[in-house]
Amino acid sequence: MELDSATLSRILTASTLMFHAIFATIGVGIPIFIMLAEFLGIKRKDPQLLILARRWARGYTITVAVGVVTGTAIGLQLSLLWPSFMQLAGQVIALPLFMETFAFFFEAIFLGIYLYTWDRFKNRWLHWLLTIPIVIGSTLSAFFITSVNAFMNFPQGFELVNGETVNIDPLAAMFNPATWPKVFHVVMSAYMTAAFILAAITAFAILRKKGTEYHKKALRITMIAGLVFAAGTALAGDLSAKYLAEHQPEKLAAAEWHFETETNADLILFGTINEDREISNAIRIPGMLSFLAGNSFDTEVTGLNEFPEDEQPPLWVHYAFDIMVGIGMYSLLIAGVFIILMLFKRFNEWNKPLLWGIVASGPLAMIAIECGWVLAEVGRQPWILRGYMRVEEGATTSGDVGIALAMFLLLYGVLAVFCVTVLIKMFKNRPPEAEVEKRYPNGTID
Amino acid sequence: MSLEVLGITVLWIFLYGYLIVASIDFGAGFFAYYARITKREHIMSKLISRYLSPVWEVTNVFFVFFFVGLIGFFPDTAYYLGTALLLPGSVAIILLSIRGAFYAFGNYGVSNNTFFLFLYGATGLLIPASLSTALTISEGGYLNVTDNGVEFLAKELFTSPYSWSVVFLAIVSVLYISASFLTYYANRAEDNASRDIMRKFSLFWSAPTIIASFLVFIGLRRHNPGHFENALDLWWMFGLSFLFFAIATALVYFKKMYGLAFISVMLQFFFAFFGYGASHLPYIIYPYVTIEGSVVNETMGTALVIVFIAGLLLLIPSLFLLMRLFLFDADYIKGKK
Repeated sequence: MELDSATLSRILTASTLMFHAIFATIGVGIPIFIMLAEFLGIKRKDPQLLILARRWARGYTITVAVGVVTGTAIGLQLSLLWPSFMQLAGQVIALPLFMETFAFFFEAIFLGIYLYTWDRFKNRWLHWLLTIPIVIGSTLSAFFITSVNAFMNFPQGFELVNGETVNIDPLAAMFNPATWPKVFHVVMSAYMTAAFILAAITAFAILRKKGTEYHKKALRITMIAGLVFAAGTALAGDLSAKYLAEHQPEKLAAAEWHFETETNADLILFGTINEDREISNAIRIPGMLSFLAGNSFDTEVTGLNEFPEDEQPPLWVHYAFDIMVGIGMYSLLIAGVFIILMLFKRFNEWNKPLLWGIVASGPLAMIAIECGWVLAEVGRQPWILRGYMRVEEGATTSGDVGIALAMFLLLYGVLAVFCVTVLIKMFKNRPPEAEVEKRYPNGTID
Repeated sequence: MSLEVLGITVLWIFLYGYLIVASIDFGAGFFAYYARITKREHIMSKLISRYLSPVWEVTNVFFVFFFVGLIGFFPDTAYYLGTALLLPGSVAIILLSIRGAFYAFGNYGVSNNTFFLFLYGATGLLIPASLSTALTISEGGYLNVTDNGVEFLAKELFTSPYSWSVVFLAIVSVLYISASFLTYYANRAEDNASRDIMRKFSLFWSAPTIIASFLVFIGLRRHNPGHFENALDLWWMFGLSFLFFAIATALVYFKKMYGLAFISVMLQFFFAFFGYGASHLPYIIYPYVTIEGSVVNETMGTALVIVFIAGLLLLIPSLFLLMRLFLFDADYIKGKK
């Protein structure tokens, strides 16, 4: 691999996006849970749930801060590292980019108000209402920015005539065929990941013998929501596969090591591949890929051989695909088991192996997010704008990308270390019970 | 009004908005750190953080808004400025990141960490300096454009007296604007000790601000005579700017009407900033990018304007609510809520 500007730009963009994805996912997902906990707290007049909402919100602010600054970084890096791409794309997708900043603005204003008005309103529902614009703002941000990414996968709404962009249709560009499956998948998986991360923290506290009624309530809320959102994510994943089969077959074919176009195509789980594209150690599920692509074993699935060699994505995206799907299944399973045990009184849902399983589900969900994005992005190589512009054509001509890369890697390292340290410090030795006692000494919320 | 003029006006208003809110924020960070090391923290820091905490994220959005809007309305700028600003832009992003993140770490996480406050205060002064390079580059003379792409002449920039005068102006303006606002804010909070300190700062930084403004003019005359001539045609805008400067300084000096004084400061920068912007036209980046030549196609431009108006209808009431709750609520400012 030669380290030219284009390669370095790719590494830097990938680093920023992978770092940002952690905080962006949390940023989209957690407001739902703050909203839920405060809602239940007010409705049931339960001080513990109000403290739960408060503590989640407090941790959330730290992650939001890192999300905001890395989001600003990627926003600017797009122009700094990919100037030719932005010159072209700016003509066509300025609209969702612009709308994203509005959504972000909206969220920023109400998050600021929310955090500083906990005890300012007599009517608690008024404060709860502030969570609505936060949830709307963060989810809309995800929607708009994902539509930009969808456009890069399925560019439409413009024509290129002699290098000039003409006949631009902003709405067609924004609502391209990739937009809905992508947005659905991104939003569902963000909610799901937030659920499992919050659950993992809670389960860990219970295992450390610090668990109380407060933690049990938190774990029940997050596990029930986790099951719902994991199911939603699975559904969204299925829709995405069908979209790929129809519109972007080379990505699906690379992810599934599917070379010859055929009906009744096999789904390949795990395995390894050699230089001659021979697959070993894999589990084959006959006909399943066809079923995934079109709900019928007779669906014809386009093979990778149909594409010129220099337009084929790398084959290692298969591993990312397997990990993502595998973790998705694991999440469904663990949340399902917890809820079944919870519903039948004679079982104990607080047993150790299950709790450890939940602890694992948090980081695993985040790994799945990263793998999903790697699959989505690397799977459309060599294109930056599929069918229109290759990655090298979009990259900067500047010779300074190496220095920038080093500076940003250092920055992300520092941010990661401090973010984790600060979060741990925030909650360590500050048990929620003490906080409940302090704020609601009578044990009621009024 | 044509689409490109409308576009650049909208963007300029946002950049002006950022100039004011970010200056207050950047300066406040510096003053907070200054208060800590001179052991006057109990006086000022509480006041400053009461104002900053709910609004810091909003400040950031103004900036994002500007550059996303710039690329939206004038995609060609992405090509030229994107290539030229890779290093200065990266430095600015990193400073902004450190500042934003450590503010949150310090304020919501572990409080009373002097190192965090130092990062917050120091970056606040470096960010305006690094961001101002974009304005300097737009004057021309620091880019070498060939068929192979755009080359940024970093050495020219670092040895140019004009570019240093802009950096100087950026830094002192931040301290001046911030001090003027905090004087007003402290006065509203009836925090007389803080007010007196900030009042002194405001007066202290007023002179360098006006000197730096003249230096920029002199530098511009040598660096880009065409722009300088245009600026002379708009002399009345700069005259009004100076008038409001005089009003602001006088009010602060005689300890009267701090609110009006701050509004005068805002008007001072409003006229200077818009006079500068208007005389820069039709160029966005001299001499490569003009507003007519680089404006996005009409369909997209119209869509952006529609979204912009719709967005404002959503934002203005929200911003109004934010200010009602935190800026104009006397009880909140005094720390009673």
